Amino acid sequence: MIYLPYLVAAWLFLVGLYGIVTSRNLVHAVTCLSVVQSSTYILLLAVGFERGGTAPIFLDVPVGTKAVDPVVGALTLTDIVVGATVSALLLALAVQIFKHHGTLDPERFRSRDD
Amino acid sequence: MVLEVAVFLLVAAGGTAVVLTRDPLNQAIVASFYGLVLGIMFLVFQAPDVALSQITVGAVALPLMIVLALAKVRALAGSGKDDRE
Amino acid sequence: MTPTLRRRVFLVAAAVAGGLLLWGLTGLPDYGVYPGPYGDVLNAVAVDERKATNVVAAVTFDYRGVDTMGEEYILFAAVVGVAIVLRAQRGETEQLPDEDAADRRAPGTSNAVRVLGLALLGPVVLFGIYVVAHGHLSPGGGFQGGVVLATGALLVYLSGEYVTLRRVRPVALIDLAEGSGAAGYVAIGLLGLAAGATFLENVLPLGQPGALLSAGTMPLINLAVGVEVAAGFVLLLSEFLEQTLVLRRPGEVT
Repeated sequence: MIYLPYLVAAWLFLVGLYGIVTSRNLVHAVTCLSVVQSSTYILLLAVGFERGGTAPIFLDVPVGTKAVDPVVGALTLTDIVVGATVSALLLALAVQIFKHHGTLDPERFRSRDD
Repeated sequence: MVLEVAVFLLVAAGGTAVVLTRDPLNQAIVASFYGLVLGIMFLVFQAPDVALSQITVGAVALPLMIVLALAKVRALAGSGKDDRE
Repeated sequence: MTPTLRRRVFLVAAAVAGGLLLWGLTGLPDYGVYPGPYGDVLNAVAVDERKATNVVAAVTFDYRGVDTMGEEYILFAAVVGVAIVLRAQRGETEQLPDEDAADRRAPGTSNAVRVLGLALLGPVVLFGIYVVAHGHLSPGGGFQGGVVLATGALLVYLSGEYVTLRRVRPVALIDLAEGSGAAGYVAIGLLGLAAGATFLENVLPLGQPGALLSAGTMPLINLAVGVEVAAGFVLLLSEFLEQTLVLRRPGEVT
């Protein structure tokens, strides 16, 4: 039980990589990449968690109540938004590849034989 | 404690489901559900900022962009562009 | 390398990597026991030092403000990259959807979807502004609020009004908003330099914790980041939608 979040993070990382390696569609590979990124968020937040602690927002609880680590939350929340934008860039590249090669299957374009 | 274990297992199952769904259009829906489950897990981790970020991005913005990219690919395929080999 | 062979090689490599990962991860401190000093130190001093009750936002925009500036520029570069990659290539012609509509019997959106989408537009935009403005007080901030604001544009698209929106949408205004959001962050940093302190230091008056105008430069940075993220996502949406609705027929690309 104490290792469960680390196991989940490692499992998601490897499963996402498996999806990218055996993918037959570029858009499917981009979504698997987002699964790999989410495994790092889980690892970060698991490292900063303190059992019995509350959220590090002191608007209506007095300063000094036990709270979880705010640094890992700060790292993760910008990472989520930026990761989605980079996925959008990869999707745009996939659309351009389809325009030029006519297929989204990475097995089927090896060299341009014009 | 039971809630935490259940949420972790649900996240692991959701991630596996996203990878094992091969058709990209179905995968966008599964990815949206996975983003929601991940947001719930971030709430269990006592990080509401991160959960808000994940729910808006992972459940709305990312599946939207996947669906739009697929719509563009379908429009290109249907407008007479042949399959170049 | 055939797909089966690639899968087998990957499974071997994944087994080795998985073993190493598990060996390393079980050496971390136990889950639920937080040993390190930074979290406890920050939780104890951040409210007094910065007068901001959201310690995560204080870390993002104040203590580690330079990192957030870098992340914002990754977002900016990705949006510019999408605009460049999906530009009209040489030889492509632009075909407006009106020319296609004459011979297409596409069903319009139902009235229920249209009414619901347009009725929810106001509350969603208001909620986005609320999340951006209260970033230093309660969970939220520029990044989350910007994405919520961008879903307002998504609602307009879903209610079927996109073609009309495209005629009246100020494209130049969205570009200006994104650029000024990205530049605003650096401008606030230079404000610190102009006041005689270091770059991005919190030099505005700090106020009382819990008030809307508190925590110095943090509401301004939230505003800049919110504007930039919202404009960035609306640009992404419109780039992909341009591709879908405005059929660019590729010419003789060699």
